Amino acid sequence: MIKTENLTKKFDETLAVDRLTLEIDEGEVFGFLGPNGAGKTTTVRMLTSLIAPSAGTATVMGYQIGADDQQIRRNVGILTETPGMYDRLSAWRNLTIYATLYEVENVEQQVEKYLKMLGLWERRHDAAGTFSKGMRQKLAIARTLLHEPKIIFLDEPTAGLDPEAAKLVRDFIAELKGEGRTIFICTHNLDEADRLCDRVAVFKTRLRVVDSPQALRKQLYGRQVVFHLAEAAEGYASMAENLPFIKRVQAVGNKLVLSLEEPEQHNPDIIRQLVRAGANIQFVGELRHSLEDIYLQLVND
Amino acid sequence: MEKIKTIILKEWAEVFKNKMVLFTVAFLPLIFIAMPLVTLAATANMGGEISSADSPPDEFFGDLCVDLSEYDCTQVYMLNIYTLMFMMLPVIIPASIASYSIVGEKTARSLEPLLATPITIAELVTGKALAAIIPAVAATWLAFGIYVAAAWFMVTERIFAYLVAPMWLTAVFIVGPLLALMAVAAAIMISSRVSDPRVAEQLSAIVVLPLVMLLIGQSVGFILIDQRVILWMGVIVAALDVGLMYLAVKVFQRETILTRWK
Repeated sequence: MIKTENLTKKFDETLAVDRLTLEIDEGEVFGFLGPNGAGKTTTVRMLTSLIAPSAGTATVMGYQIGADDQQIRRNVGILTETPGMYDRLSAWRNLTIYATLYEVENVEQQVEKYLKMLGLWERRHDAAGTFSKGMRQKLAIARTLLHEPKIIFLDEPTAGLDPEAAKLVRDFIAELKGEGRTIFICTHNLDEADRLCDRVAVFKTRLRVVDSPQALRKQLYGRQVVFHLAEAAEGYASMAENLPFIKRVQAVGNKLVLSLEEPEQHNPDIIRQLVRAGANIQFVGELRHSLEDIYLQLVND
Repeated sequence: MEKIKTIILKEWAEVFKNKMVLFTVAFLPLIFIAMPLVTLAATANMGGEISSADSPPDEFFGDLCVDLSEYDCTQVYMLNIYTLMFMMLPVIIPASIASYSIVGEKTARSLEPLLATPITIAELVTGKALAAIIPAVAATWLAFGIYVAAAWFMVTERIFAYLVAPMWLTAVFIVGPLLALMAVAAAIMISSRVSDPRVAEQLSAIVVLPLVMLLIGQSVGFILIDQRVILWMGVIVAALDVGLMYLAVKVFQRETILTRWK
């Protein structure tokens, strides 16, 4: 659905996006993670034909950026970082304007459909300027979907929203995912990316890594099991190091953290050995690294 | 056409909810109508009080009013100044509408979603330009129509003929829209550099300065506005329109708006 090859954007002497090469499949929810100024919005703008790349190529739904810009604009939906609604106009008017510009056939029908779907139907005659932040964001999402795009770009969809509004937006994105649309999300919210995305890319001017959140965890940390002991774990570290299937041992206070490939197979053996050595095991659990840990490690690298 | 119409209607719906713009479009023409009519009413019976009322006009008037008395010629001269003032309407009104429209979109950050739609830059600029020009030209023509209709009751037939002379009809109906286009082009360029609509409006209104200079020139006798001056004005403004619109469209490109506009 989206394919880029060495996509590059330079603003005068500043390199914003450096040789980005990636491929996103149909129906995939793709998270684009990176710090402020990493070039995420610039990438989205290039992929939505708003700005031209300085070098490299990209196709969106088979349309070539630079050559088929109008086709691309017709077929993608974009939720910009700020909703950018016409505050003096009603929700209905805002959407009918965009439906016309997107050449939607049944303008009123589509506007009604999305206003109802996003729970804004009762407020359709109210000026957008009177809406709360969450409602404005929902109205902007409705605007993004009016022309039923197959690819949706969401630039920080939950930024600045309260937890309730953010959850509503996230739930709606999950619903869109269920409809088989391809979704490209730029976000700082790593928990959101972890929950919604099939794959994530960590990006800071250039692509650092791209994979599923699970695969990234495995790739960076392997699988880790933590044994909570009743006593200091230090005394059992050397014993654990001698086990052939253990890759790495960390003893922190009364916690013994072991890195290994297949905990399901080896945990019973480890427990037996620890008990035999006199350890009093209180709990055993798998250590799950958040996407934030992965992100911070990759960005700082 | 549908997209241009949508942009025009959107602009009007937004911009006319702004009191400053509404004031400019509605009240400015009224002031411009009232000024000459009040002057005409005040000077209507002064003919007898002027000793030289029936004498031929001063040589200062040149070819302005052949066969008219000095009193009648003074009235024509005065009406010319007021009619010239009408030419300011198609500059001030579109500058105000376009400034509020473009800077308003910039500050509300509504330009990016608009630019993401499959609208062409030509359609967008045409829509925005027409949304500013149509009310300005309509207000100018309507105000001029009211002024001429009222003047018909207040001046003699001979003076009235000067008021609706081809020179002024050319000025109002041809040069006026050209001036409006020039004001819009200036407003687009200036709006790309500022973030306050009032600053954009004031800077765009600089376009009115040549008209003010003409007005002052006529008032102090430095220049006498006649058919030739109006025609030259039309030619110069048309040439400026082409150049300014070229620059305005260059400024109004997707990438420029998103990455270079302040």
